[in-house]
Amino acid sequence: MTAVTTPPKKQAQRGQPGQSSPKLAYLPILFLAFAIGIPLLIIVVYSFLEKPSQGTGVKWVFTLENYKALFIQEKLDGTTVLDTRYIKVLWTSFYYSIITTVVTLVLSIPVAMWIATRDARKRNLLVALVTLPFWISILIRTYGMRQIIADEGPIGKFLGLFDISFSILYTPTATILGLIYVFLPFMILPIYASAERFDFRLAEAAYDLGAKRMTVVRRVILPSIRPGVISGIALVFIPALGSFLQSDMLGGGKTNMVANVIANNFGQARNWPFGSALAVLLIVLTLLFVLIMQGAAKKRGDKVELV
Amino acid sequence: MASNKRRRASYVAALAAAGALLLSACGGGSTEGEDIGASGEFPTSGSGVVNVYNWTDYIDPEELKRFTAETGIEVILDTYDSNETLLAKLQSGATGYDVIVPSDYMVEQMIELNLLQNIGVSSFPNGGNIKDNLMDVYWDPGRNYTAPWNYGTTGIACNFAAEPECANIKSWKDYFTAGLDKMDSLKDQVEVVSAALRATGVGPDDLCTTDKAKYIAAEELLAGFKPAVIESDGGIERVTAGTSNVRHAWNGSTHRMTEENPDVQFIYPSEGLNLWADNLAVPVGAPNLDNAKIFINWMMDAKAAGAQSNFSGYDNGIKGSDAFMNESLKTDPAVVVPADKQALISPLPNCDEEARELYTQVFTTWTTGQ
Repeated sequence: MTAVTTPPKKQAQRGQPGQSSPKLAYLPILFLAFAIGIPLLIIVVYSFLEKPSQGTGVKWVFTLENYKALFIQEKLDGTTVLDTRYIKVLWTSFYYSIITTVVTLVLSIPVAMWIATRDARKRNLLVALVTLPFWISILIRTYGMRQIIADEGPIGKFLGLFDISFSILYTPTATILGLIYVFLPFMILPIYASAERFDFRLAEAAYDLGAKRMTVVRRVILPSIRPGVISGIALVFIPALGSFLQSDMLGGGKTNMVANVIANNFGQARNWPFGSALAVLLIVLTLLFVLIMQGAAKKRGDKVELV
Repeated sequence: MASNKRRRASYVAALAAAGALLLSACGGGSTEGEDIGASGEFPTSGSGVVNVYNWTDYIDPEELKRFTAETGIEVILDTYDSNETLLAKLQSGATGYDVIVPSDYMVEQMIELNLLQNIGVSSFPNGGNIKDNLMDVYWDPGRNYTAPWNYGTTGIACNFAAEPECANIKSWKDYFTAGLDKMDSLKDQVEVVSAALRATGVGPDDLCTTDKAKYIAAEELLAGFKPAVIESDGGIERVTAGTSNVRHAWNGSTHRMTEENPDVQFIYPSEGLNLWADNLAVPVGAPNLDNAKIFINWMMDAKAAGAQSNFSGYDNGIKGSDAFMNESLKTDPAVVVPADKQALISPLPNCDEEARELYTQVFTTWTTGQ
C-alpha cells in the first residue's frame, strides 16, 4: 500500500521514519474508534438507563439506580444494607490478578534472562517456544488444564499411588493456576525484549568491580529490564482482572470474578444496565491502577507510557 | 488503488460495514413471525444447513448424521446451559438459529415476546404423532409454535457407594443442608430457587408466590449451601468420573450416569420435584425456515424420537417411540416415575414477572455469595 499510494516526488523521503502519509492511519483509527469507542460509549450510556420489565436491553429512562445497586442492597425484607457482594467479587478479582502477576513475574524474570543470554539462533527458537501456546485456542488450553488437574487426572493418579489426596479443581487455586498458565507468556515476552537489549558486559563489569551477585541483579540488571517488567505487569494484570473463562471452567462455574458477574448480567440474569454499571466500575478501577503505575514509573524516570 | 476516488470508496465500504455491524448489534428482532406453515406444500428435502441451538449434550450425534443422510441438510449445532441463557441470546438480537429447544414456561414467555414463529406444527406430516396429553399444553395450545421434544423431572443424583450420606438424603432440605464435599448444583435459577422454596415449606402450587418472606427463607437456606461446582453442563462426566457424588440433576442425565455406574441413583425429594417439557421451536428471523420445518418434522418420527430418548435418557412426546426405546430406559425408575412417586411431580413453575424478579434476586445473592 505504501509504495503505491505515496506520490513519486516523495519517494526520496520514503524509508525515513515519520515520513509516510498519515492517511494510512485513518482506516485503522476509524476501525479502533468503532471497535472500542462505540461499545464503550454504549456501556456508559446503558449504565444510566433502566432495565425493561421483561429483561434484556434497556428502557430509555435515566436512572442512577444501577450505581446505587453496586453498593446498596435492598433486601427482600425491605431493609437496605451496604451490599458487600460486588465489592467482594471485585476484591477477589484484584486478589487473583495480583497473585497471577506476582507469580508470573517471579517465574518470568529468570526465564527471560536465560533466553536473552543464549546465542541468537537458540534465542529465536526459545521465543517461538514461549509463543507456542498461542497456536492453540485458549478454550482448548483451559480444557486441557482441567483434565490435567482433575482429581482423576494424571497428577491426581500419580499422587494417589502415595495415598496423597489431590483435589484442587473447582477451587480458587485452580482458577489462579489457570490464570498463571494463560498469562505467563505475556510476562516473559516483554521482559525478554528488555533483557535482550541489555548489554551483559555491564553485569560482567559490575561483577569484576567487586559487586556481589545479588547486588549485580538488584543494581544493574533489574533497573535495565524495568520497562519490560512494567509492560509485563500491565499486560498480565489488566487482562487478568477481566478474565472469566478460568474462573468459569476451573473454579466450578461459581461467579467469583467480576467478569463472570458482568457476563451473567448480560446473559442469564438479563440485566444489561446493571452489568454495564459493573463494567464501568471495573474500567474506572483499571484506569486508576494504570495511572498509579504510570505515576510510579514517571517518578523513577522510566520512559513508560501506558495510556 | 492509487486514485483518490477508489480510496474514498473503500472508506465508504468500511463505514457501511461498521454500520451494518452496529445495526446488527443494536437491532432486536426485525421480521415479524408469519404463518408460513399453514400455507403451501410441506418441504420434504432440502439443501444447505439447519442451525440448531440446543441444551448441552442433548441430541444424538448419530441421529443428526442420519438426518443429513436422508434429507441432504447439514446440521450445525450450538449449545446453551439454561432457558434464561437462550432467552438472553435471542432477546439481544441473535439471529442465525433455525431451531431452538425451550422448556414449557419459556415457550410461553417467548411467544409473548414475539420471539417464536407460528409454523403450524400440528399440521405437519408427523403432527399426528404428538402424544395426546402433550397436545393441548398451556404454553402452546393445539401445538402451533412448538413440537414436543423430551420431558423429564429434576431431582437429585447420588452415588450411593462413594457417598454413604446418600442414604440420608431424602428431601431437598437434606440436599441443601448436607454440607458434603463433592456436591454439584445446576446453574439454573428456576430449578435451584424452586427447590429451595420447596425445601422451606412452599407447596407445589405456590411456587410462584410473591410473598417475600418465603423467598427470604429460601435465601437463608441457600446461604449455607456451598456446592463445589455450580454448572449445568458436564454433570454426567463429573459424577461418572467421581469428581462429584451428589448432584442436583435431571432424571435423564441421571439415567446416563446409572448406565455408566449403577451406584448412581436418582432420588425423588420428598417435597416434590419439577416436571419440565422441552420443545422444538423456530425463532423469528430463522435464516433457513424450510430446513427448520423439515428438521422438526423429521424429529417427530417415532424412530428418531426413540433413538433420541435412548441417547438423552428422557422420555419423549412422540407416539409409538417406545417401540424404539432401550429396555433399560423403559425400566429405570428415574425415567419412568414409579406409582408411589407420581404425587410428587408437578410442572415447572411458570411465574409472572414479579415472582421471576424474586427468583433472580435469590439466585444472584446465592451465586455471588459463594
